[in-house]
Amino acid sequence: MPRRIVVPFGPQHPVLPEPIHLDLVLKDEHVEEALPSIGYIHRGLETLVTRREYPEYVYIAERTCGICSFIHGMTYCQAVEKLVDCSVPERALFLRTIWSEYSRLHSHLLWLGLFADALGFENLFMASWRLRESVLDVLEETTGGRVIQGSCKVGGVRRDIPGETLDRMRSGLDTIEREAGEIADVFLRDDSIISRTRGIGVLSREDAYALGAVGPTARASGVGIDLRKTGYAAYGRLSFSPVVETAGDCHARCIVRVKEIFTSIDLIRQAIAKIPDGPVEEKPKKNPEGDYFARSEQPRGELVHYVKGDGSRHLVRSRIRTPTLTNLPSLVRMLKGCNLADVPVIVLSIDPCIGCAER
Amino acid sequence: MAFFEMAKTAIGTVLRKPATRRYPSVAPKSTPLTRGRVSIDPSRCISCGMCMKKCPSGAICVRKEEKTWSIDRLKCVVCNCCVEVCPAHCLTMETSYFPCVTEHSAIDVHVITYVKPERPKRPETGEKAGEGTAESS
Repeated sequence: MPRRIVVPFGPQHPVLPEPIHLDLVLKDEHVEEALPSIGYIHRGLETLVTRREYPEYVYIAERTCGICSFIHGMTYCQAVEKLVDCSVPERALFLRTIWSEYSRLHSHLLWLGLFADALGFENLFMASWRLRESVLDVLEETTGGRVIQGSCKVGGVRRDIPGETLDRMRSGLDTIEREAGEIADVFLRDDSIISRTRGIGVLSREDAYALGAVGPTARASGVGIDLRKTGYAAYGRLSFSPVVETAGDCHARCIVRVKEIFTSIDLIRQAIAKIPDGPVEEKPKKNPEGDYFARSEQPRGELVHYVKGDGSRHLVRSRIRTPTLTNLPSLVRMLKGCNLADVPVIVLSIDPCIGCAER
Repeated sequence: MAFFEMAKTAIGTVLRKPATRRYPSVAPKSTPLTRGRVSIDPSRCISCGMCMKKCPSGAICVRKEEKTWSIDRLKCVVCNCCVEVCPAHCLTMETSYFPCVTEHSAIDVHVITYVKPERPKRPETGEKAGEGTAESS
């Protein structure tokens, strides 16, 4: 006679980088139901929008997340730029694209390292993070910050990248691509990784669509939604196709992220080749009035920033919808029926970032 | 057989130099743009308070009467905002980070030594009157 027990998982757990709590209802070793709860690190960043002037809130919007910080800042700026009728110069759009893709590179490499660590593959974890360091070096050299870049502003970007630095970045990409290739081979083909991930935490295409999965979680289940295809920033002028896998298991989600590393490298190369000369910022001429939803593709999925202004220097409302929150229903579905030992791997496979989900 | 896929990378790692450096005996990496900490030249600060007003984390406090400029290093998020808005260009961003502290005593207070330059002396009343007549004529 199987016994039903409830195992609390998190918020403090060796494999969890961020605090999420799951009540796992088990029948013997199998998870019957998973009940997630969040709310451990709410910081109230959205309320601050009424107490800071809109140009200064960029710094706070950026600090919503410690990994995809640049994309948070950029999406907030995109939303406010619509309210102040400000057209961003072309060069600034390309620079934003370059920095976004570098952010994606370092986020995916971070995740691959954490994933390898969750599987107990320490060596691969270190190899991924060593490669990530070379991406962070480029970000520090061009923006001044390793993970909090602080280079986006309403109307453009704060600083330009000189031509010789762009050339150096282009040659540095070859090294990154070569080393990423070595790591990618392990993630795609190694037996120990495949045996821990294949066929585990399967999310069907219908479920992914119905539960509103976004980003690599959706693309691994065959839902080919990639916000970059809408052509924000300079993505409209670059050619790429979203990485889509159909298996829907943990290995498919891993494959999507590995392949996206190479897509990002290719996008940066294209952007460096096509970047036009010119100014990098335009001053807003009026205060924000009206409301707007800005959407962008974070490394984890679709990010939405909603802002509302009343014509003063302070915005009235800001609302952020992060991809992790949207992926939680899918996570609950994936956990149903899995083994207790596979729970850490499945939880990590959606790349949870509770820090930005709670703000 | 993809069982030893990692072996190639692992052997290569053994043969190459360490990826980390022996901090603190070796200085950390920094670039000319690195945001380390804010520093002030108190002889040029005009106590306008723009840095205090624009600081997103409320770390800077400028007291005009007491002539002090203070920064809470644990509140400062090193965003470079104050350096950009300073009209007197007395704030600069250093590339080295603020050292670790164990107690909340990281408030740096600087006494502002800026002396307002004297205005050029007013012209004599006679000359002024003369100028006035010249303008009116």
